[in-house]
Amino acid sequence: MNYIIPLIITFLAGLLMLVAEFIPHKPFESIVSELEIWFMIISGFAIVLGQLSLLKMNFFKIKYKSEGWKYCIVTLASFFIMLLVGIFWGTESHAGLLGQGKVFVDSIGVKPFDFIFNNIYQHLMAAMFSLLAFFIASAAYRAFIARTLESSLLLVSAIIVMLGNTSVGSSLTSFLPQSLNFLHLPNLSKFIMDYPNLAGQRAIMIGAGLGIIGSSLRIILGIERSWIGGKK
Amino acid sequence: MKKAFILLLFIALLISIVFANEEFRVSDFPNDDGSALLLEWDKSLLELGDIFVFKSYDNVEFNILSLESNLLQYVDSDTSFTESMVYYRLDVKNDDGELISSFESSAVPKAQWFNTDKLPLLIVLVVFSFAIIYFILSAKRGKNHYIRRITGLDSIEESVGRATEMGKPVLFVPGIMDLDDMQTIAGLTILGKLAEKTAEYHCKLIVPVSKSMVLSAAKEVVKTAYMQVGYPDEYKDDDIYYLTDDQFGYVAGLDGIIVREKPAANFLLGSFYAESLIVAETGFASGAIQTAGTAEPAQLPFFVASCDFTLIGEELFAASAYLSKDPQQLGSLKGQDFGKFVIILLIIIGVILEIFGYHFLKDFFTIS
Repeated sequence: MNYIIPLIITFLAGLLMLVAEFIPHKPFESIVSELEIWFMIISGFAIVLGQLSLLKMNFFKIKYKSEGWKYCIVTLASFFIMLLVGIFWGTESHAGLLGQGKVFVDSIGVKPFDFIFNNIYQHLMAAMFSLLAFFIASAAYRAFIARTLESSLLLVSAIIVMLGNTSVGSSLTSFLPQSLNFLHLPNLSKFIMDYPNLAGQRAIMIGAGLGIIGSSLRIILGIERSWIGGKK
Repeated sequence: MKKAFILLLFIALLISIVFANEEFRVSDFPNDDGSALLLEWDKSLLELGDIFVFKSYDNVEFNILSLESNLLQYVDSDTSFTESMVYYRLDVKNDDGELISSFESSAVPKAQWFNTDKLPLLIVLVVFSFAIIYFILSAKRGKNHYIRRITGLDSIEESVGRATEMGKPVLFVPGIMDLDDMQTIAGLTILGKLAEKTAEYHCKLIVPVSKSMVLSAAKEVVKTAYMQVGYPDEYKDDDIYYLTDDQFGYVAGLDGIIVREKPAANFLLGSFYAESLIVAETGFASGAIQTAGTAEPAQLPFFVASCDFTLIGEELFAASAYLSKDPQQLGSLKGQDFGKFVIILLIIIGVILEIFGYHFLKDFFTIS
């Protein structure tokens, strides 16, 4: 019975969402919106679980002095500082328990929550994102080694695309006459991105789309049950 | 039959004659939920002067609608689902603001029971669903279907075995999206199979997640897997934990775990975006054997470059069926293959038709 009820709910909900995709008439449209709201409500409750998990893990790491426990102090301190300034003085569009934090707004220009968000949090995110540039370089260095015919083709395509997107690449082939314009590096780069690359991407997307249909059907029909423990 | 057809043709002709000369027309907006009306007017009116459109629910009090001056049609999607007559008046005024002519029209917004724009989608869905169900039923009857090897999935046991020998943990990352993303669900189904292996090998499994809902689901999946293989005591609730919802905060946390705990095997299976390469490269630098899988085409090259095994697109969704070895689930994979065959056929036919100037197939599958 523990497994039958979730399976029935899944079947009905899956079927409803499927049918609603093709029927714009009432009540299908509203039922779908209603289900999406339910999902948001459940997510809201689940956030508490996530936060409890975060606090518990960091607290015990500090308590037992596990490796890197000092970082956990930073995590917990950051968590509580953001939580408290948010509760007491609110955010840009919402007031807190102690009002709008006029003292802070007069001195630092914004509320404490927004100040920390704009001046610390966003910069940390940008720093993390900027690491991507270095990782792309190291990954590209390994990927673009001409070992086989395929990897050589990849290397040549990559050089064309990279050069085609720079002003140097554009000037390198600027001498070409109008009749050979298709060999101009930016044009070659555009061709590679618009045709072979896009065709490959679409093939993957079509395959993934079919995979989603297959997986959804397996779940809706109750053939795939690993999400409820896999029992028959 | 023939008479009925002629009668229908006559009615259609009559309607077209009656309405063809109308300079201002209001009709129900097609394929919607009954919230919109379509207003159209002739180009000749624009040449007369400036257009002003007014709306009324009672045909007495009219309110002006703000719209650009050079339009030939306007979709009024704010009819408040009245299901009763909505009245419109179109005034044409000259530069001095003097009224040149005025037209009135009205219509009732109606909700449709079927979105005809999505007919091709429905046909494709029905064909593929029947193919999948047919192959599932044929597998149920005992027919064996050949499924090609997926190296990335075959390597799970090898990866867990390596981690066990090295005495290091296995890291599983289910992506950064929530449970409403099919890729996350596909990732969690693989997590179940992976957890069975780690339980059998007595290997530590770490699952840091970025969404609270995924945390609950992952805990349940791993717990059940450990119970199913008979090692419920090996399950550690604290090894599945939440980091943060933030994309780069999450990746910073993952990098920290990889650097500190040095897992011997990393599984990155789910929905990934800009963070994919940061995690995969850190994993590569730590020397872990890495298996990644996503259906995001933009992230696949990064995984291919940095990981030992990559599940490309559909392989991620096929993983659960492939690993379960359940004939019914494998049958559904065969149904997907049939779907691919149909699509390849349609693409070839479409290309040939387009070359010869026939566009009906492309037009049919174009959703407006």
